[in-house]
Amino acid sequence: MDIHEYQAKKILSDFGVKIPTGGIVYSPENAENKAREIGGSKWVVKAQVHSGARGKAGGIIICNSPLEVADATDKLLGKKLITNQTGPEGKIINRIYIEEATDIKHELYLGLVFDRSSESIMVVASTEGGMSVEEISKEKPETIIRSKIEVAVGIQQFQAREIAFGLGIESKLISRAANTIIGCYKAFSEFDATMVEVNPLVVSHQDEILALDCKMSFDNNAMFRRDEIAELRDKTQENSNEVYASDRGMNYVSLDGNIGNIINGAGLAMASMDMIKLAGGEPANFLDVGGGATPEKIVKAFKLISMDTKVKVILVNIFAGINRCDWVAEGIVQALSKIEIKHPLVIRLAGTNVEKGNEILKKSNINYIEASTLEDAANKAVKALG
Amino acid sequence: MSIIIHKNTKILVQGFTGKIGSFHAEEMIKYGSNVVGGITPGKGGMTHLNLPVFNTVKEAVDQTGASTSILFVPPAFAADSAMEAADAGIKTCVAITDGIPSHDMVKIKRYMRRYPKDKKMGLVGPNCAGIISPGKSMLGIMPGHIYKEGKIGIVSRSGTLGYEAAQQLKDLEIGVSTSVGIGGDPINGSSFRDIIEKFENDDETIAVLMIGEIGGPQEVEAGQFAKENMSKPVIAYIAGLTAPKGRVMGHAGAIVSAYGESAIEKVELLKECGVTISKNPSVMGETVKKVLVENNLN
Repeated sequence: MDIHEYQAKKILSDFGVKIPTGGIVYSPENAENKAREIGGSKWVVKAQVHSGARGKAGGIIICNSPLEVADATDKLLGKKLITNQTGPEGKIINRIYIEEATDIKHELYLGLVFDRSSESIMVVASTEGGMSVEEISKEKPETIIRSKIEVAVGIQQFQAREIAFGLGIESKLISRAANTIIGCYKAFSEFDATMVEVNPLVVSHQDEILALDCKMSFDNNAMFRRDEIAELRDKTQENSNEVYASDRGMNYVSLDGNIGNIINGAGLAMASMDMIKLAGGEPANFLDVGGGATPEKIVKAFKLISMDTKVKVILVNIFAGINRCDWVAEGIVQALSKIEIKHPLVIRLAGTNVEKGNEILKKSNINYIEASTLEDAANKAVKALG
Repeated sequence: MSIIIHKNTKILVQGFTGKIGSFHAEEMIKYGSNVVGGITPGKGGMTHLNLPVFNTVKEAVDQTGASTSILFVPPAFAADSAMEAADAGIKTCVAITDGIPSHDMVKIKRYMRRYPKDKKMGLVGPNCAGIISPGKSMLGIMPGHIYKEGKIGIVSRSGTLGYEAAQQLKDLEIGVSTSVGIGGDPINGSSFRDIIEKFENDDETIAVLMIGEIGGPQEVEAGQFAKENMSKPVIAYIAGLTAPKGRVMGHAGAIVSAYGESAIEKVELLKECGVTISKNPSVMGETVKKVLVENNLN
């Protein structure tokens, strides 16, 4: 789960990380007042959307008067911001963050992630702030500092100091920088985060160390014990079909193609998508209805797929393990008596009681194309596109 | 021999009296697995499915001599149960539970390090289908009947894709020595490398089918291990050619975030390690057969 920049900054500041003074606003009038309240002579107006690279997309505007702040807010609110991470549909701007401008001396990069190789938390830092970590590792890999943190004891002062010295921070600011790094680590470990990225982390001309931009992601599996994080979810930043699916316990990812998929098991779902691609088609989605694939879940899955206007053909691929194909087939028949499907439907059943399952489908009055193997199913789905 | 579980392996079920635990315990018993009891704190002394229920894993191990457990405990309590198993002297624990927080998985793995190598528990999963040694024992939630007894070792992240492979092999009259599901989470108990090493040391297994997917370094690490240490052929399929970067594909661990984590990159890196690639998921069985013929192993 992702949260907004201003929410992430609030969390970090609770752990002792310094952030520029700022506030969230929902209207131009609000923005003008907020700018006066913050004071100073220069402000930054920042569109709050779940994406990086907002600056390049016009989502961050520097202003020299409260009136300019109001104008910039007016310009951004309600618009869709299209960045290189949002896809062509963009993301809606419903909230604006107004911040005092910072007098920047150096821009640094600081990130924390789970390292899957060492199964520890990895701190990644670089002197090349402002660039994405992918760009840094491509263009300036020699500037990258990595430090593995033993989670049983957590980050130690010396580790944070080593990173700070490695970033070339002046001696008098070392303990401030170390405390910033420790604050980020604590936020990561105490809130079940999977990623904390401060980019840039800046040293100001006033000798302050500030988190100028921040992204945080959290482990969806840990939300049962993180109410304070779960309530920060902003569904307007997610694909509406994905929200519909996740609210109903289904794993769904919207993709660009036109063959809709209903599959049980994440691995089989990915494999079916691969087969569609190899057969010359493009999947419209990833959908794992779960190992169980109960009739109720099949009904919900058909509803979900029929909401997607890109879909031209539907492919159902179920490998019945503990459940049985006859049961799954009944679920499909039930679902299709409730929902009208206008597109060609390809069904492949495999596993327990496959003959019985296919018999039930044949006897029903549903209009479908039967497939035997994964390959057969993908070929028939692509052919049905016409 | 098969790996990890054999005909007489004594099995305890953690989360025994719950709906899911009960259902799968029964399926395992029907298959012929030697389930000797289960654990549900607070229900010790009861009898469930004609087997004793214990309050603690320690007590269950003391009284039954079990070495193996399977865990159906809900995510919020799963880490605690896994650590309890490790402390009670369980040698292999299979965690079926889907949805354990990553921070908890790291904690479990650190906890297990406190035991010397010969006393350390092997954890398989979580979020996996479990283990089956066809014709001998089933310690998982798979449909047992699709597995034919034989000589191919299967190790897979995905449950259903592992079933798909077993079915394809069976259709070609090829059997399986043991099939291990290592699960779809980013941090898991046993890696591909851990399992293929066991297959290399198993007399009965003649070749290994590895079914991976996007995300993480484990498939490539296993490939490197195979290149340096294995005499038996390894065949692999990697799911997720069409998966977009940075998106989680169902499994919490199925996300491409670094170089070498996409399906195409993994396939290339595995080829360099001498692993035979099944070019699509429909020909996993055929590819294994071809490799067996080429190596005069059939």
